[in-house]
Amino acid sequence: MKYVAEYRDPAWARRLSEEVARVVTRPWTLMEVCGGQTHSIVKHGVDAMLPTGIELIHGPGCPVCVTPVGLIDAALHIAAMPGVMFCSFGDMLRVPGTRGDLLSAKAAGAEVRIVYSPLDAVQLASRHPERQVVFFGVGFETTAPATALAVAQAASRGLTNFSLLVSHVRVPPAMEALLSTPGCRVQGFLAAGHVCAVMGTAEYESIAARHRVPIVVTGFEPVDLLRGVLCCVRQLESGRHEVENEYPRAVRDGGNEPAQGWMKEVFRVVSREWRGMGILPGSGLGLAEPYARFDALLRFGIRSEGASPETECSSGLILQGRLRPPECPAFGTRCTPEHPLGATMVSSEGACAAYHRYRRPKGRT
Amino acid sequence: MNEVLEMQCPVPIREYPQVLMAHGGGGRLMHALVERMFGVAFANPILDRRHDAAVLPASSHRLAFTTDSYVVRPLFFPGGDLGSLAIHGTVNDLVMSGARPQYLSAGFILEEGLPMEVLWRVVLSMRHAAAQSGVMIVTGDTKVVDAGAGDGLFINTTGLGLIEHSLTIDPRSVAVGDAVLISGDVGRHGMAVMAMREGLEFESAIESDSASVAEPVLAMVRAGMELHCLRDLTRGGLTASLNEIAEASSMSIRITEEAVPVRGDVSAACEILGLDVLQVACEGRFVAFVPEAEAERALAILKAHPVSAGAVRIGTVESKDGAEVVAQGVLGRDRVLPMPSGEQLPRIC
Repeated sequence: MKYVAEYRDPAWARRLSEEVARVVTRPWTLMEVCGGQTHSIVKHGVDAMLPTGIELIHGPGCPVCVTPVGLIDAALHIAAMPGVMFCSFGDMLRVPGTRGDLLSAKAAGAEVRIVYSPLDAVQLASRHPERQVVFFGVGFETTAPATALAVAQAASRGLTNFSLLVSHVRVPPAMEALLSTPGCRVQGFLAAGHVCAVMGTAEYESIAARHRVPIVVTGFEPVDLLRGVLCCVRQLESGRHEVENEYPRAVRDGGNEPAQGWMKEVFRVVSREWRGMGILPGSGLGLAEPYARFDALLRFGIRSEGASPETECSSGLILQGRLRPPECPAFGTRCTPEHPLGATMVSSEGACAAYHRYRRPKGRT
Repeated sequence: MNEVLEMQCPVPIREYPQVLMAHGGGGRLMHALVERMFGVAFANPILDRRHDAAVLPASSHRLAFTTDSYVVRPLFFPGGDLGSLAIHGTVNDLVMSGARPQYLSAGFILEEGLPMEVLWRVVLSMRHAAAQSGVMIVTGDTKVVDAGAGDGLFINTTGLGLIEHSLTIDPRSVAVGDAVLISGDVGRHGMAVMAMREGLEFESAIESDSASVAEPVLAMVRAGMELHCLRDLTRGGLTASLNEIAEASSMSIRITEEAVPVRGDVSAACEILGLDVLQVACEGRFVAFVPEAEAERALAILKAHPVSAGAVRIGTVESKDGAEVVAQGVLGRDRVLPMPSGEQLPRIC
């Protein structure tokens, strides 16, 4: 597969890892922001190719994982209402709320559908005028433009039976929050390549400058990741802290302007709760005033509970890179993909799911 | 095949374009359906006796006996349909013990309102698949459920096969050093059905691998090959099948991920949807565990049959402890392939 297979080339990967070993003179701690990168690292063993002292810690870049329990509960509440067709990406269906998940709501009779694009939900709304079609808009800046387009399309078609449960989040405020946490160990970031493909790199300049951390836009294949690490380590070793793009085949500095245009049209920046990290200012997207009528919480008169209840799940620490999945006492025993305590064990981008899938310790199921 | 496709749709369709409750009611309509559709399409000397039970000749051979129910949606997908699937699936289960498939039963659960023409197409497809697999459909059953109480059409098939060899083809026969062979590329059935069901449009349609694997397996048996274990890949894909065998045999299995054949379009579709191709369903693929010394000969036999022309070796049975499946990845690093935890859900981004 072009643009993928060549970036899994073992010889190229080995050369890069040797280069990192040549450049490095002391330990560095880097965070890969995106859960897709975490999965690739754990699957391919990229971390094991790095010299001792280079530590990769896993960041909060899993949109499913950071969705607060209160919003999942709101989703379950809406999905169970008569006449509602609740549409979501597949990832969300197994994420536990306070009581059950969307798959169990479906089993109990709710109409819950997996869609592959927010536009599919708009289509469903056109075809089923008798139903209230609700789309669970989850994701970072990567998926927000498609959701924005769906809302704009629903507006232009004059649909009154389409609404959006918004849980879109923005990456830079989360990076900012991590860096401002006392005891933060992150010395350099591998920024999420696909988020940057949409947003470009400008947002990261001030973070890099203020916190004096290198931020390297990085892709998802082993070679991409090693290029990101090498670039980051080179900066650290030479005392630089710049934004650099090591994923140029997907990311332009300015990002995807039309996509940004749709986001600006439909959304406004709001504060949002991240699971395990609390309410982060400016970290979410909500519907802009002209589109507020598509807000599912307003339409169904639901309040999303703010405070997430205490559970045994340590996903808050996992998402901040303060705990590694195998260090969690519940990992692989009381928390498994079949019986997850939290979203990090469910999502295809969750760090716990990555370790469980690829690094399951012997004797644990 | 052409002769079959051209078989004119019998009376029930012309008179009743859709299935009615009465088609399962035991009266004239049901009789017409059984006689003029199933009876015509599946005709053979045993079925033609129209007994309550099929009377089969006894044999001194061991028997293989299996059952499976088929509930795929959509009913028709590129490369197959519910009818061919219901034959291939049960035939392949029989073949996995090295049995020669002989007799099938066919139980139909029809949903009221199912277009008769759809049923006819499925029945013709079963007839064709049965003939190709060398099996007779010797008994059956029809039930009709209220509209809304089914998903169009469910089929159950039960199969009997003769074991005409003395091997114990079973996970317990798996031995350290066995070569692990796969009969062809993986993931096509699962992606074909998913693309069709979800309306995903890829550049070209991915067609299911649904097929009977009786011929290559029986050819290996006839060649006197020392087959230790066979397992077809169905739900949960290669990962599930290998884990089942590792667990049942208490052996560890090591495969080389790159050796597993995957078509480019299937791999791209899985990449887009965030699915692990090693966990995607197949319906015409199996793994074979044979002694190292037999590996080359087994591959030669497999490759001589179109359904397994893409056979390759993917791994080796390693040690007696652990009972794990380990895959060596593209970068040469090992990772455990645990038993899939359930249905794979497509990801967000």
